[in-house]
Amino acid sequence: MFRKRLSILAAALMLTTAAHAADKVKVGFLSTLSGPGAGLGVDIRDGFNLALKHLNGKFGGLPAEVIVADDQQKPEIAQQATEKFLKKDKVDFMTGIVFSNLMLAVGPAVFDSKTFFVSANAGPSQYAGEQCNTYFFNVAWQNDNLHEAVGKYVQDKGFNKVVLVAPNYPGGKDAMVGFKRFYKGKSSEEIYTKLGQLDYAAELAQIRAQKPDAVFFFLPGGMGINFVKQFVAAGLSRDTQLFAPGFSADEDVIKAVGAPMLGMFNSSHWAHDMDNAENKRFVADFQKEYGRLPSLYASQGYDAALLIDAAVRDTKGKLDDKDAVRKALEAKRFKSVRGDFKFNVNHYPVQNYYLRVIGRDAQGRVTNKTMGTVFANHADAYAAQCKMK
Amino acid sequence: MGLYVSSTRRRALAVAALVGLCALPWLAQAAGQGFYVSFASRVLIFALAASSLNLVLGFGGMVSFGHAAFFGAGAYCAALLAGAGVAAAPLVWLAAFGAAGLLALLIGALSLRTRGVYFIMITLAFAQMAYYLVVSLPGWGGDDGLPLSGRAPLFGIDLKDDTAFYYAVLALLAASLFAFDRLAHARFGRVIQGIRENETRMEALGYPVFAYKLSCFALAGAFAGLAGALLASQSGLASPSLLHWMQSGTLLVMVILGGVGSLYGGVLGAVLLLVAEEVLVEITPHWQIGLGLALLAVVLWAPQGVAGLFARRRGDD
Amino acid sequence: MTQLILEQALNGLQFGLMLFLLAAGLTLVFGIMDMINLAHGSLYMVGAYLAAAAAQASGSFLVGVGAAVAGTALLGVALEVSLLRRLYARDHLAQVLATFALILLANEGVRMLWGAQPVLLNAPDALAGPVEIGGFFYPSYRLLIIVVGLAVAALLYWVVARTRVGMWVRAGASNREMTEALGVDVRRLFTVVFACGAGLCALAGALLGPLLAVQVGMGESILILAFVVIVIGGIGSMRGALVGSLLVGLVDTLGRAVLPSLLREFASPEVASTLGPALASILIYVLMAAILFWRPEGLFPARA
Repeated sequence: MFRKRLSILAAALMLTTAAHAADKVKVGFLSTLSGPGAGLGVDIRDGFNLALKHLNGKFGGLPAEVIVADDQQKPEIAQQATEKFLKKDKVDFMTGIVFSNLMLAVGPAVFDSKTFFVSANAGPSQYAGEQCNTYFFNVAWQNDNLHEAVGKYVQDKGFNKVVLVAPNYPGGKDAMVGFKRFYKGKSSEEIYTKLGQLDYAAELAQIRAQKPDAVFFFLPGGMGINFVKQFVAAGLSRDTQLFAPGFSADEDVIKAVGAPMLGMFNSSHWAHDMDNAENKRFVADFQKEYGRLPSLYASQGYDAALLIDAAVRDTKGKLDDKDAVRKALEAKRFKSVRGDFKFNVNHYPVQNYYLRVIGRDAQGRVTNKTMGTVFANHADAYAAQCKMK
Repeated sequence: MGLYVSSTRRRALAVAALVGLCALPWLAQAAGQGFYVSFASRVLIFALAASSLNLVLGFGGMVSFGHAAFFGAGAYCAALLAGAGVAAAPLVWLAAFGAAGLLALLIGALSLRTRGVYFIMITLAFAQMAYYLVVSLPGWGGDDGLPLSGRAPLFGIDLKDDTAFYYAVLALLAASLFAFDRLAHARFGRVIQGIRENETRMEALGYPVFAYKLSCFALAGAFAGLAGALLASQSGLASPSLLHWMQSGTLLVMVILGGVGSLYGGVLGAVLLLVAEEVLVEITPHWQIGLGLALLAVVLWAPQGVAGLFARRRGDD
Repeated sequence: MTQLILEQALNGLQFGLMLFLLAAGLTLVFGIMDMINLAHGSLYMVGAYLAAAAAQASGSFLVGVGAAVAGTALLGVALEVSLLRRLYARDHLAQVLATFALILLANEGVRMLWGAQPVLLNAPDALAGPVEIGGFFYPSYRLLIIVVGLAVAALLYWVVARTRVGMWVRAGASNREMTEALGVDVRRLFTVVFACGAGLCALAGALLGPLLAVQVGMGESILILAFVVIVIGGIGSMRGALVGSLLVGLVDTLGRAVLPSLLREFASPEVASTLGPALASILIYVLMAAILFWRPEGLFPARA
């Protein structure tokens, strides 16, 4: 596990007492930076760093120290890194986790230590409902949401034999539940794959035997890249329509798969062609900085940094006053690249969800294009069970 | 090959090390680095696991490539008991010790019919079976493992406190090493070492060789299970990666690095490997290069492990 | 259902043949020199990375495969001459430690050169679609892998069974001392065998690259399967490696396809699809343990 200090400051022995202003803000950034899920973590990190650059390396006017660690998509590695962040580095905020199983593994330790976790991706249903927590904020979405949007669209289009494919982990289960909340077709086969699986020959043979008229798959990162490639190679794309949430059809996957993705419908809460000043600056600068189009993950990383910045600014750096920090986070005084949204009682966003289709843009690039709104001001299904203390 | 020899000088060294380890939490707290207490507990737990492997490997001469199965069995045992509401640390430890020992008895009984490379491979096969079983059993958490909420108290002492937990681990490690030392000098130990040197002769002398080897294998498995239970409590998670073959490989590396057949070989190896990792991580992202080169150097120039280097320099062996 | 089983049998054949490419080199190294080489999987990884790099630089998949095989074979020679030679006389423990260290070095080296993220290796465009065989569609690229695998197996069989070098190899595997006494330069023979083994690893890595992912750690997961294959087949036996590979490939893949549908009859889909693949993975190890239990030297013992 490699930890990088973005701005190394004098490592003075710091014993913070009552609520006085901190002289810097420490953020523990733990994400998946190696293996098949690495594309997601790298995008979140790059988006986060771009925001930090736009903020001149400061959160709320205080120098920022961001410590980056790779969780290798393994729960035990994530736990060890988290312990180090909490007990050794004594960070003020944590962020970055991609996969919900890792979030659930480190959550208890983070909350016990009264450290705020600003999730830029993982949005497990557990933390949206009964186990909602004062110290957990998700700046992106609840796991089910993007799948709900696809489920509604597939339902509206009248497909009634759909095979669902998702990895067997909390995020995958949320995906199936979310899709089926709005899709009411009669027969839907559910195939759970191993998280991190790369060869889908067996699943594709199963799909072929089922003869569905559509396939909905949620396979983030390298998993999705391989699935789409192998789906097309097996000749299944000829008479089966593919649907996916934005996770499996964003720029990271498009870059790897290319033309076979054309015509695929997917859902998202953000798109790079959204028309607002913040987004235009973000997309243009991201391309300038990293030489590729940003994905929704990058936008989430960017927003996470802006939220932390807003909280530090609003509390004037008094990060020991946990109540004040929580209120500042809830108030979220920043302009998101996705346009406006607000936090629900469970600290998950209430926002719009859009339908996108993959096509060629004016420059001939294969990329996403926003088609329209599927849900307006959509809240997740768990908020009612959350009794935030 | 170094044996389980003890000398007064070595004993004095061990006492000094023990005193140092007792003072460690106090020093860490004084330096404001409480994190290292938790890290030290982790190192000591791996030291126990590696020492238990050294029991089969160095002492019994059986190259087991599946020790992680017992390590993991102990961890899952602890997690399952915590889930069932068992709130007494000694009970959890005993259960993990017993469960892992039973598993080792079963696997050993089947594996010990083979020799050499085939023994290495069949132990590996059984460990992989255990790995896939644990990942697939419904309710066992799959790839995510089983989380533990909190640590069971030890006779009223709250082990959630990192320092208290550290002392408990240290005490268990010291007691286990003492037990291994006594065992080596008892009749059982002499017979087992005789079998390692010349199995045919011991058989001819009328010793029940199979029973001796099996007991040694099962005992080592039981101690690995204890270490597994401690690790699950320390990290709050019983992870399937504890049963993976890379874990068996890591334990083997620790033992070979420290010194096969030396009483403190497992401890030395675990400390060296984990501390080197911790230090190198801070220096370079490519720390594995350094670790790899160091291991190669040990193979080529210190065939008896680090404990062997010590012994040779002082002419103990 | 028959079509499903047929398709899965082809998938099993494809997987088995790729395992054979790995197991062929491993079984000879193990058989002749009695050497446990955990770093065999790293050669497979290095081969895949070399293929990806060369394919990207040249724009040709074929050039990528060729460069990977040649480059990895050369690396194999360098490794054998500089390090592995010193380990033959040592016990298995020393070999485990040294080759474990090589895994760390290879993984980190690759990470330094190519980064921690997987790199892309695409199949040639002409093979991106399916072909129709016997009334159903099958990916043409997988079919190509099967053809290449069968060709290599036939070539190896001819070399080992019919040529002088092959005779030395067989002799070396069944009794090394005797072969040396008869005047065969086993040292040089072994360098050649190791280079070929490394080349075959690279071939497997390059061919599987487009199907899986070219990433750090890809060698560790497949290495153990290669060990299972050679232990089932009998250490040192080429025929054993082939039979073992196909057995493992078919049992694993068919198990994955059939077990979930069987389980689904009396369990929820989620339980069925978790338990199914896991039970299928266990099947391989159960097979290995059973074979070792009843035939401790494997199916085709090389040492008579």
